[in-house]
Amino acid sequence: MAEHQHAHVEHPDMYDPESSKIGMWLFIFTELLLFGGLFIVYSVYRYMNPDAFHLAAEELNTFIGAFNTVILLVSSMTIAMSTTALQKGHKKVAIALVVITFIIGIGFLVNKYFEWGIKFSHGIWPGSEQMLNEMSQGEILFFGLYFVMTGLHALHIIVGLIIMGFAIRGVANGKVNAKRPSLLDNCGLYWHLVDLIWIFLFPLFYLIH
Amino acid sequence: MSEDKHQHIVPYRLYVIVLVALLALTFASIGITSIELGEFTVAAALIFAVLKSILVLTYFMHLKYDKPYIKLMVAFVFAIFVVVIVITFLDYLYRV
Repeated sequence: MAEHQHAHVEHPDMYDPESSKIGMWLFIFTELLLFGGLFIVYSVYRYMNPDAFHLAAEELNTFIGAFNTVILLVSSMTIAMSTTALQKGHKKVAIALVVITFIIGIGFLVNKYFEWGIKFSHGIWPGSEQMLNEMSQGEILFFGLYFVMTGLHALHIIVGLIIMGFAIRGVANGKVNAKRPSLLDNCGLYWHLVDLIWIFLFPLFYLIH
Repeated sequence: MSEDKHQHIVPYRLYVIVLVALLALTFASIGITSIELGEFTVAAALIFAVLKSILVLTYFMHLKYDKPYIKLMVAFVFAIFVVVIVITFLDYLYRV
């Protein structure tokens, strides 16, 4: 975009897929350690409050969690396939696959909306009177972590959707193509990170009780 | 870019196989945690999660086809995470 001011200057092509990939991975490492820190907080509190965590986890709906796991795994496959389509030169297929991934991502958020909505209607949200008055310390910690970790994860879903928007635009106007796939590749890597985090969130919150 | 020459194109079929494996592991983990295993429930759930994440990292995130140094960096970050968990629990388990 800065090119507009220096339109007369010849810019060398700085495209470098390997550097792009390293940069993306370095960013993913920071994300892994961010969620990793939260997972450590979770495991310490679980260790200190085993019964409360056991009890609180029964409140969560395993079905909706499993459903979201399945659709997120499918979406990871579709965005991985879009890279293959782009490399084969099937531009339309690549776009269609990213669009499918995008729609599944929206579906995940819709489920999350209903899931959190049910919690809210039961009077469970961070700092709610129901939580402060009726729950033990351990249950409050469980739901606090539940909202923070699934909320932060949902935020990553939203960011992933925005990046997908740029990837779709890039593939559509030809700036992202078989010879310059980095934007789509990195978009995929980010989406897989989101999937990876959910792979751990799902059993820790929904399954262990 | 010389990179383009040895860029590996992963066939669609492989992604489908990986997805089927991931779904199978998901349902297996739901199944195994629904049985009362007591203390082992957490371990069982985590083992399945680790298996799934290895599949995602290896195939979806292309680590299998990446250069060794990228694999090494990823392994290093996970190793740091494991070390921090171990140290944290060494602290909590042996507190008086």
